Amino acid sequence: MPATPDTLFRTLADPTRRAIFERLCRQGEQTVGALTARAGVSQPAVSKHLNILKQAGLVRDRHEGRQTHYSAQLRALAPLIDWTSKMTGFWQARFDDLEDLLKRMDQ
Amino acid sequence: MTNTAAAETEPRAVVVEREMAHPPEKIWRALTQPHLVAEWLMKGDFKPVVGHRFDLRADWGSVDCRVLVVEPNRTLSYTWSAHGLESVVTWTLTPTGAGTHLRMEQEGFRADQQQAYQGAKFGWPRFFAALEQVVARIE
Repeated sequence: MPATPDTLFRTLADPTRRAIFERLCRQGEQTVGALTARAGVSQPAVSKHLNILKQAGLVRDRHEGRQTHYSAQLRALAPLIDWTSKMTGFWQARFDDLEDLLKRMDQ
Repeated sequence: MTNTAAAETEPRAVVVEREMAHPPEKIWRALTQPHLVAEWLMKGDFKPVVGHRFDLRADWGSVDCRVLVVEPNRTLSYTWSAHGLESVVTWTLTPTGAGTHLRMEQEGFRADQQQAYQGAKFGWPRFFAALEQVVARIE
């Protein structure tokens, strides 16, 4: 089930979580251990962030032996991309109306 | 040339900019006086006072807002919360020879994390830059 834009916003609003997601986007699949080594927070904290990312559909996990590998699900970002293009359209229309108003304010 | 390159790589959230053939003072009035705001944006009880909370109402629903920055004729910033989505809208007015360069930027932001405001301010646009590369790979 795709996450709604507000779920994605809340999930990605946390800087540490966003950094973890960005790293998975850039560097591909990684283990919790590898992510923890560079996250600047404890492994339980990284696991918690990964779990929240997983619930939002932004990461997928794959078990291999004793290791769990995480990878970014780029398609999950689609609602966020839709939101930004919708908002851009909304503001462009508001700019048009503002310009009309400014002309009328001239009398 | 370096300026152009910097502008092209500058990370963006939702940004709309336009040259307006009107002075900043006049645009400021349109951005801040409720009866004028109602004509181009939405109806609401806006006051140019930091911390003031107001609603903007449209037929599709309402937006909860809180004023963050008021620098008359230059900068206006308020939170924009609609459909459970928290963001910050910032208006920047720059005088030009022919009028005003008007810029609107909407950034993602989590309201319950005040101390992270700077982090969000710089972190979110940078994230969108990363997103653009990601989107390029989706297609």
